[in-house]
Amino acid sequence: MNILDDLKYTREHEWIRVEGDLAKVGITDYAQSQMGDIVFVDVQTVGEMLEKGESLGSIEAVKTVEEIYMPVSGKIVEFNEKLSENADLLNKDPYGEGWIVKISLTDPLEINDLLDAQSYRTFIESL
Amino acid sequence: MKNTPFTKFHVALGAKMMPFAGYNMPIQYEGVIAEHLTVRKSVGVFDVSHMGEIWVRGPQALDLLQYITTNDVAKLYDGKVQYSCMPNGKGGIVDDILVYRITAQSYLLVVNAANIEKDWNWITQHALALGMQIGRDVYNASDETAQLAIQGPLALKAMQKLTSASILDMEYYTWKYLEFAGIKNILLSTTGYTGSGGCEIYMPNEAADTIWKAVFEAGKEYGIKPIGLGARDTLRLEMGFCLYGNDIDDTTSPLEAGLGWITKFTDTKNFIDKEYLLQQKKDGLKRKLVGFVLKDKGIPRQHYPICNASGNKIGEVTSGTMSPSLNIPIGLGYVPIEFSQLGSEIFIDVRGKLLKAEVVKLPFYKGE
Repeated sequence: MNILDDLKYTREHEWIRVEGDLAKVGITDYAQSQMGDIVFVDVQTVGEMLEKGESLGSIEAVKTVEEIYMPVSGKIVEFNEKLSENADLLNKDPYGEGWIVKISLTDPLEINDLLDAQSYRTFIESL
Repeated sequence: MKNTPFTKFHVALGAKMMPFAGYNMPIQYEGVIAEHLTVRKSVGVFDVSHMGEIWVRGPQALDLLQYITTNDVAKLYDGKVQYSCMPNGKGGIVDDILVYRITAQSYLLVVNAANIEKDWNWITQHALALGMQIGRDVYNASDETAQLAIQGPLALKAMQKLTSASILDMEYYTWKYLEFAGIKNILLSTTGYTGSGGCEIYMPNEAADTIWKAVFEAGKEYGIKPIGLGARDTLRLEMGFCLYGNDIDDTTSPLEAGLGWITKFTDTKNFIDKEYLLQQKKDGLKRKLVGFVLKDKGIPRQHYPICNASGNKIGEVTSGTMSPSLNIPIGLGYVPIEFSQLGSEIFIDVRGKLLKAEVVKLPFYKGE
């Protein structure tokens, strides 16, 4: 299971990568492997302010559907349009080409509450 | 939880395993979509050993089967297989099954894994009423019988290498006893649940190892792969085949489910619910199982409400998925008869959003 050291994680299996004032959010390698073939990503919250833990959209795999939750509070500034045609990027490259949204952070300090790579690894091993 | 004789192979291949009807079954190996396309294009192998096998024998076998199933068993001949269903006496369905006529006094019923016990109780109850002997005239061979479905356009070609009997010219829904992979008396039928052709093979548990290995060896040059239950579901759904527990159950009528073609109201055949179903047919159906495609983006799932244009619930999705062959969202569900015509506009409530859908002709997948 691929877990990158420079990302922060949630127990709902999102990752977040802070890049200046913005951050990219996606789902983890563990999440995509559990879901199987992902066929559709539905995000209709671009422009909205969302609280930490709120649903920003959903991911449909062949057999299941899962919500995507905000790892921290912020505004959705961009949806990765590549996913509209190629939702399987979430399976192929969950931490790279398969990023889902860019957000602007309400409070950068909230990042500190998230799991680091080591804690996330321990968490999924306990599942 | 029960293992099948093939479970060890699935685990060794790295399959994602899940409990299904009390069995430890492979859901997927490399992924549902890739496995689905393997079956559509070449050949795939399903472990379907969880399916139940019940033998019905003796001079009363035909009478029993005519009474408890909807299709006309008298139309069968030695070597022929028939799709049928067992009505439950309340207008619903106990199970949908395959009936193999081995001889005029010996039949093999293949039943759904989740229903083995229910079917057994149902069948034996009616067998006893005819004075048949349980264990002799009606026999549950489910635990000692393993089954593989070899499906896809290249399946028969690959399997022909394992037997000297001719299987390439077998008609759809027929069976043969043959020597297969060096093992005598293997039952092979040209049946399946995918719409891509191929066969199903029934074997004693002891033959399972030998046959699994021989099947993969024979199929190597055709790109044979193991296929999980995930793709089994998407393959059958593309064909509009009913899945018991989703699209049909104890509350759905065979006529509403579109199984009128296996419900035979002939004078020579009396069966459970015959009068009830005949009346239902005369009165006209109130609802029907239909296939639909979503026009908006989203995927229909089991139990999502089906609505009219004003958002009022008119039915429920019974099966839904993204079709791997067609790459469009497809589903089955019951709607009132006035919404069942081809081209009817219906709406699916996908987690609070009303998405437009159109009633279409089945199967969804019409071949390459």
